[in-house]
Amino acid sequence: MKITQQSTENTLTLSLDGELDASSSVVLDTELSKPEILHNHKVLVNCQKLNYISSAGLGVFISHLQRFQDAGVKLVFFNMQEKVHNVFEILGLDSLMTIVPSEADATAI
Amino acid sequence: MEHAIRISCTRRNLKVVRDFVSDFLLRYHLTDLLVNQIVLAVDEVVANLIIHGNGEDESQFLDVRARILNKEFGIEIEDTNLTSYSPASYREPDLQEYVRIGKKGGVGMMLVNRIMDRVEFTTNGGHNLCRLYKKIG
Repeated sequence: MKITQQSTENTLTLSLDGELDASSSVVLDTELSKPEILHNHKVLVNCQKLNYISSAGLGVFISHLQRFQDAGVKLVFFNMQEKVHNVFEILGLDSLMTIVPSEADATAI
Repeated sequence: MEHAIRISCTRRNLKVVRDFVSDFLLRYHLTDLLVNQIVLAVDEVVANLIIHGNGEDESQFLDVRARILNKEFGIEIEDTNLTSYSPASYREPDLQEYVRIGKKGGVGMMLVNRIMDRVEFTTNGGHNLCRLYKKIG
């Protein structure tokens, strides 16, 4: 799992590249756990190159969602592949998290 | 036709098992969505057995056997540790509650149960066997 960060005014974009499983999800957890991430208004997650997600990866997002909401930080996913989006749907997480088709949609939120 | 693989109990082998399952399913020309679901269900069980069942002890092994019979995918995952999973004690979690308390784990078996048609866990004389089945035709 490779995570690339891009920061603009009040918005941090994390681009995920690879597979998020029980082995690799710790890298993402470390990034999302950093206190300074809550200084952003929005954290956008570019999932274009996220080829796979297991419960361990989902668990990382589930575990930080309330913390982000309490701090007023919007967590928005975009460019999600159909097979990855399907995993969110199976659990109903697509109704608990904000998932939009494109970067333009994510930026507009 | 049956395919088999033996792996040691390390998280590094999760990818090995995922590739084993997706390679096995390649010849059946299934949709990406279905292949991903089956691979995910197997990955969840294997991760549980590696991390919780065997404590990531690399001297321990899992035997994984996959086959297709009558348009049904079946996979067996076997180990010999003393800790066995008890499906009877499983309760589907409340994800809104998990979000509220910031819980990191606990949704793997929810995925497995929702994806696969049948999920069986048996223990016999120190051998734990998990069988997963999914119609593919």
